[in-house]
Amino acid sequence: MSRLPGGGRIDRARPVRFTFNGTSYRGFAGDTLASALLANDVRVVGTSLTYARPRGIFSAGIEEPNAVVQIGQEPMLRATQVELVDGLDAIGLSGKGRVSAEPDTGHFDKVYAHCEVLVVGGGRAGLTAALAAGQSGDRVLLVDEQAELGGRLLSAGWDDWLSATISQLGSMPDVRLFTRSTAFGFYDQNLVLIAQRIADGGRLWQVRARQVVLATGAHERPLIFSNNDRPGVMLAGAARTYINRYGVAPGTRAVIFTNNDSTQAVPADLVRAGISVEAVVDVRAGEAIVDTRASSASPSGGGQGGGALHSVVIAPRTGDGPHREVECDLLCVSGGFNPAVHLFSQAQGRLRYDDGLACFVPDGSIPGVDVVGAASGDLGGRGQGAIMPYWVISGNGTDWSTHFVDLERDVTVADVRRATGAGMRSVEHVKRFTTIGTGSDQGKTAGINESAIVATQLGQPVGAVGVTTFRPPYVPVSFALMAGRNQGSLFDPIRTTSIHPWHVARGAVFENVGQWKRPWYYPRHDEDMDAAVLRECHAARENVAVMDASTLGKVEIKGPDALEFLNRMYTNAFDTLKVGFCRYGLMCKADGMVFDDGVVMHLGDDRWLATTTTGGAAAVLDWMEEWLQTEWPELRVHLTSVTDHWADVAVVGPRSREVVRTLFPQLALDPESFPFMAIREGETGGIPVRLHRITFSGELAYELWTPSWYGLALWEAVIAAGEPLGITPYGTQTMHVLRAEKGYIICGQETDGTVTPQDLGMGWIVSKKKAFVGQRSHRRSDTARSDRKQLVGLLPVDGDQLLPEGAQLVLQADRSSGVTMIGHVTSSYRSAALGRSFALAMVRSGRERFGSTIYAPLNGHVVAAVVTEPIFYDKENARRDS
Amino acid sequence: MIAEATRRSALAEYAERFSALYETVGGSLSIRELPFLAQVNLRVDASDAGVMRRLSDSLGLALPLTPNTTSVEEDRRALWLGPNEWLIVCPADQAGSLDQALRNGLAGAFSSIVDVSANRTVLEIRGVRARDLLAHGVPIDLDRRSFGANRCAQTLLAKAQVIIERKGDEPAFHVYVRSSFASYVADWLLDAAGTL
Amino acid sequence: MLIPCPWCGDREDVEFKYGGAAQITYPQDPDTIDDATWARYIFFRPNPKGRMAERWVHSAGCRRWFTLIRDTVTHEITPSADPGGQ
Repeated sequence: MSRLPGGGRIDRARPVRFTFNGTSYRGFAGDTLASALLANDVRVVGTSLTYARPRGIFSAGIEEPNAVVQIGQEPMLRATQVELVDGLDAIGLSGKGRVSAEPDTGHFDKVYAHCEVLVVGGGRAGLTAALAAGQSGDRVLLVDEQAELGGRLLSAGWDDWLSATISQLGSMPDVRLFTRSTAFGFYDQNLVLIAQRIADGGRLWQVRARQVVLATGAHERPLIFSNNDRPGVMLAGAARTYINRYGVAPGTRAVIFTNNDSTQAVPADLVRAGISVEAVVDVRAGEAIVDTRASSASPSGGGQGGGALHSVVIAPRTGDGPHREVECDLLCVSGGFNPAVHLFSQAQGRLRYDDGLACFVPDGSIPGVDVVGAASGDLGGRGQGAIMPYWVISGNGTDWSTHFVDLERDVTVADVRRATGAGMRSVEHVKRFTTIGTGSDQGKTAGINESAIVATQLGQPVGAVGVTTFRPPYVPVSFALMAGRNQGSLFDPIRTTSIHPWHVARGAVFENVGQWKRPWYYPRHDEDMDAAVLRECHAARENVAVMDASTLGKVEIKGPDALEFLNRMYTNAFDTLKVGFCRYGLMCKADGMVFDDGVVMHLGDDRWLATTTTGGAAAVLDWMEEWLQTEWPELRVHLTSVTDHWADVAVVGPRSREVVRTLFPQLALDPESFPFMAIREGETGGIPVRLHRITFSGELAYELWTPSWYGLALWEAVIAAGEPLGITPYGTQTMHVLRAEKGYIICGQETDGTVTPQDLGMGWIVSKKKAFVGQRSHRRSDTARSDRKQLVGLLPVDGDQLLPEGAQLVLQADRSSGVTMIGHVTSSYRSAALGRSFALAMVRSGRERFGSTIYAPLNGHVVAAVVTEPIFYDKENARRDS
Repeated sequence: MIAEATRRSALAEYAERFSALYETVGGSLSIRELPFLAQVNLRVDASDAGVMRRLSDSLGLALPLTPNTTSVEEDRRALWLGPNEWLIVCPADQAGSLDQALRNGLAGAFSSIVDVSANRTVLEIRGVRARDLLAHGVPIDLDRRSFGANRCAQTLLAKAQVIIERKGDEPAFHVYVRSSFASYVADWLLDAAGTL
Repeated sequence: MLIPCPWCGDREDVEFKYGGAAQITYPQDPDTIDDATWARYIFFRPNPKGRMAERWVHSAGCRRWFTLIRDTVTHEITPSADPGGQ
């Protein structure tokens, strides 16, 4: 056991059992998996990605490139970050993990937060900044990635200052302190995303801060020499952390290898932990470690396998002169420090290379962001002092293939030399060629060394070479955390009508229409969809049927210029539409293409209401407001969305009048008194109703509107009144069949943003007497071509064949000489009324092809179909007007 | 008169789940639906001082002219929705008198009065955890410093458009949600409340 | 990204919809211009690297359309002298 008898911040009263690679061990509360493994003399934690070399614990924090483990479903966790809990079961990885195919069962959510000051980093600089900001009464949020606040101070004997400071912050009501919370992304206007680890899941904080204080500290970086990757090679600061914070001796005999002053405090800590200091090798004194050797057998006291550090080879750094070998099982390395400028850089802050500090530091400031402490280049706390940049130590006759630059990606100096040798000059190119910095650690211990090696190879200053761009996320973020509660039934809004509970109770099968859930069909007993739809269609054509049409978009249009506004928005004119009547309307975009359609109702002198398609409601309102507000501000018109105010019950079929008469005995319903396209007001059983004789099926039909509070009651009243006649509820599939039999288009099905009213054969609805949006485009040469795709009907020669929607159409059945595509199927159904299948299609010069046969080549066979007029049922509209 | 039994509010099915929530969070949060409020969407040109004065007299309430604020007079409330747009809210039994007051006040003026009572339902979210709950889905800052008494805002709650109104100076909010989105928002809030 | 609505102040971009380039003038008399001129109005839009006048609508808020100047490189937004809308 390497656990020291005393010291550290672990709770020795709370032992914790855990398993690593199937073996049981013990640690203490307050340990990380890494510290507990070291305490149990587990030196080898995994193997490397490409060369399968044994790897151990290299750091004590977020920058860890080697000790990656899998816990449960979650791969690529850093052992240096995993808090030890009872029953933890971890497996060491070989440089990569596998994402689980199972759903993440943890609980994840997202929260918005706002504060005047956000402090990122809970070390000395961050805590000091939070204290100052908290005293001003501002809302302060301080986040730190570790389980405890304190950062470096946790390893440095600052316990009293820490507890006093944290308790002072805790007494400030507007100061919040988050641990286990990593700021990983910095976006426009001080939006910082923070991943908080909580038991059984996580929380994504989206923080908007007036001021962000980046107190993100610095990462120690290694020196690079041959076989610098062996278990036992560790960052010098990490060795101190294991001793001072976790009460663990990470070795028994140590060598220190440094190029700066920060290691001056290391020997005392080592000795206190009972570790002998075998040598201090300082490049500034002319010596260097040029190679390491591994033990061949298992290290004594446990651990798996050999390969751990056994000795180091020391030589003059010039390479000339005597070599000596020193046995050790711990090599504490320090190559200086890199300020953690990741977030500053994400915030579009510029960096510059500081020759005195031998690192990249923030260059200038950005509004709303302060960088303090080590992150700003103030490395006094780290004690870096005098540094002699020394990026790569050459060994005797080395081929550079064991000088590791990026430990996680297993990239060596040889790889970098290959890249520059091949002519690459940019660190971005070298990064992509070698994969340096592309591991889950994002190269936190590798990136600057890469720049320096490239600079050395190119004979340029490091500052001129620069660093690769820092991009979010700073740490790996799980998809589950990004999704939050936007999953399953909460993935997207599910919109329902007031009648929805009835549909559910009746066993409707639902269809998604935009965000709406609409009844698709209502199967009876063991009916399949085809049978149910044929039955529903038959009821609507021969008897009476009812549909929930509440999802239609609805916009009230009011004002003295409402008529003028409608005339400009729609292709057709409304001048002759009297109060109390409706008219179908078609709307184009400025390019002349059909955008949406609906019914315009004239409710009062300057009061109108327009319906839109179910999916188009929001877009149509935005479109209308855009023209009104930006092009025609002189028009006195107000628009108000009332989509959700109204429930709409469509009573359809030759016997619909009987049902309506039962409900509204006081109304005159004969065709003369209440003709097609008329509106009436009524009331039934206390329910206020506006009745419209509108049809989307071609049958006699009434749309009954009531405020949505009454929607369910009205629906149930209709069902009750229709019961003696056998009224049949029907869904969207039947609605589609009925309208297609009549050749009524659906915007978004027959149209796709490239279709004009003329293409649809709807020239009759395009006014020639007034100006409207899109009108000029109808005269463009391309829009006026006669060989555009036009709406036609299709009757498959074999009436049992159903053409798939989207099928391409060609002129020849024989494909041997190649085919020319002339169009596609837009709608296709089986028709109860026709006793056969039929389709609508957009076909080039389609109206010239009536009567001819065209073909749909499908998977393995060809379906022949006769081109017809796009209307199949009641061409005279006798049923509609009855 | 219209029989009460025929009306059904958008969240009638949720009453039990809302009261169960109150128990599980130890009273720190309550959600309830305030059904059937009378709501009128009003559009009128605010720069016409004469009309605004006449309307304020007739309504007994001055329309708020500062964006995202409300004015309240007894049972009547006006929420700013846009530079020429307001939502006027009152108890259902005053719908008729409200309509009359608006028509009297606006007679002859270019304006629109649209009954939107059933367009949205209203959730009252109250308690010391109310703001924490809303912070799960509302991007704007609902802190008392920036969203105190007489503040309202049109914004998003999760993926639904809502109007949020601070209830007086209390830790309570009214959330106006479109009827078709109401069950989504209720499910979402109940799920989020489970993490408080 | 925060977008400054002239009425509601800074709001998250999810509350808005983008309306493309602003300051595209509707031709005075569409009937008298040739196809090419009309097509230029319909199909051609600026795509500068740098400051661009853009139209946005506060669709989840006050529903007002307005114009702002956004730098397409830095995302810096400056209010337009004439934001438009009522």
